[in-house]
Amino acid sequence: MSGVRVLVGTRKGAFILTSDEKREEWDVSGPHFAGWEIYHLKGSSLNPDRIYASQSSGWFGQTIQRSDDGGKTWEPVGNQFTYDGVPGTHQWYDGTQHPWEFTRVWHLEPSLHDPETVYAGVEDAALFKSTDGGQTWQELSALREVKSELWQPGAGGMCLHTIILDPNNPDRIYIAISAAGAFRTDDGGKTWLPINKGLLSPYELPDPTADVGHCVHSLAMHASKPDTLFMQKHWDVMRSDNAGDMWHEVSGNLPSDFGFPIGVHAHEPETIYVVPIKSDSEHFPPDGKLRVYRSRTGGNEWEALTNGLPQQDCYVNILRDSMAVDAHESCGIYFGTTGGQVYGSNDSGDTWKAIVRDLPAVTSVEVQTLR
Amino acid sequence: MSPVIRVELPYHLRNLANTGREVEVAVAGPVTQRTVLDALEEAYPMLRGTIRDHTTKQRRPFLRFFACAQDLSHESPDDPLPAPVASGEEPFAVVGAMAGG
Repeated sequence: MSGVRVLVGTRKGAFILTSDEKREEWDVSGPHFAGWEIYHLKGSSLNPDRIYASQSSGWFGQTIQRSDDGGKTWEPVGNQFTYDGVPGTHQWYDGTQHPWEFTRVWHLEPSLHDPETVYAGVEDAALFKSTDGGQTWQELSALREVKSELWQPGAGGMCLHTIILDPNNPDRIYIAISAAGAFRTDDGGKTWLPINKGLLSPYELPDPTADVGHCVHSLAMHASKPDTLFMQKHWDVMRSDNAGDMWHEVSGNLPSDFGFPIGVHAHEPETIYVVPIKSDSEHFPPDGKLRVYRSRTGGNEWEALTNGLPQQDCYVNILRDSMAVDAHESCGIYFGTTGGQVYGSNDSGDTWKAIVRDLPAVTSVEVQTLR
Repeated sequence: MSPVIRVELPYHLRNLANTGREVEVAVAGPVTQRTVLDALEEAYPMLRGTIRDHTTKQRRPFLRFFACAQDLSHESPDDPLPAPVASGEEPFAVVGAMAGG
């Protein structure tokens, strides 16, 4: 059946929302893993029936679940994430050094080239790779050789939350860490470069232009232009046209350039989306109005998308992994809120409807386009 | 024959392991926290890392171990468990620490 499967992680379980290509009527299944925190779910583009889920709990730690039937049934796979060697220390909130400690998996990214390979971004920040469908995990530890003693946690912990795989080059991977910045490997993880030139963090870092330490909230890329990256930083919406070697600001006329997720239209590589949040101190939309902003010019010129979204008394947040697009002819876009709503648009953001309104706080939203 | 030990699991671990409230595991040799948990993880590999750290084998901080109306959380993992646990008369309970509002 042609349609979509929206994978929703929440503070109290996972939910799967399915619809046909019209994306008007929805079926909701869940909660899966009821009572557990589900930081992320993601399906494989090579085998859409394979979905990974990061299931965690303050009591029982980290588990990884895998489905091979599109989310109908699940099986726990490997949950041993052991840092290579002596993990060392990173900066703590007060600038002192603090030992590296594994807490949870924030993001799972199935390979675009091998159906058995999947990457995991974890807290405290590190990148792990599995080549056996999640049964065993090995750290790509060269990443932590890039000035990691200067990395520091953001409010959510020191998390590796974004993994972007280059569709044309299996050896090129981008990752982002709060608060360390963005990094790139061109050799499958053997060596890494910090790619933070052009970022400016005057309120967060003693050297506002430092190589590492920036609080990057999320990155996005369009598959047809893999050297162009978009970034929602703590403050500032940024763009790079040379694979992250240099960034420039494209916040333009946004009402606030603070926010968490950033997304790219499925068919228009210069159409991008953000959800402005008032500030780092007040994590809710400016003026109590939930507005997605769309730029059709790759940044700088933004329009508010409000049709179907609450325009008064709205004080939810939209977390960094909580926005995704589908690839149907009329591009669908989805985002989840800490108030438990998942909003969807089947017309590139022109109009919105709440698919569900009363889930637990949404931590992540991903979409599978089913053909 | 190895004694059969009854282990009581908290709600979320029952669901993860797809079991009922109580499972039975056979323990070879002395019946201690370590040997019981080794046997439990052997029978239910999905529980590895959820009760004890994978590497250090230390109890996760928000879990406790009760048996025979005693809190055994801070006993040595190699101390013998109470005789009623070793005989299968009483269960060894893995308990999630009380937390919440």
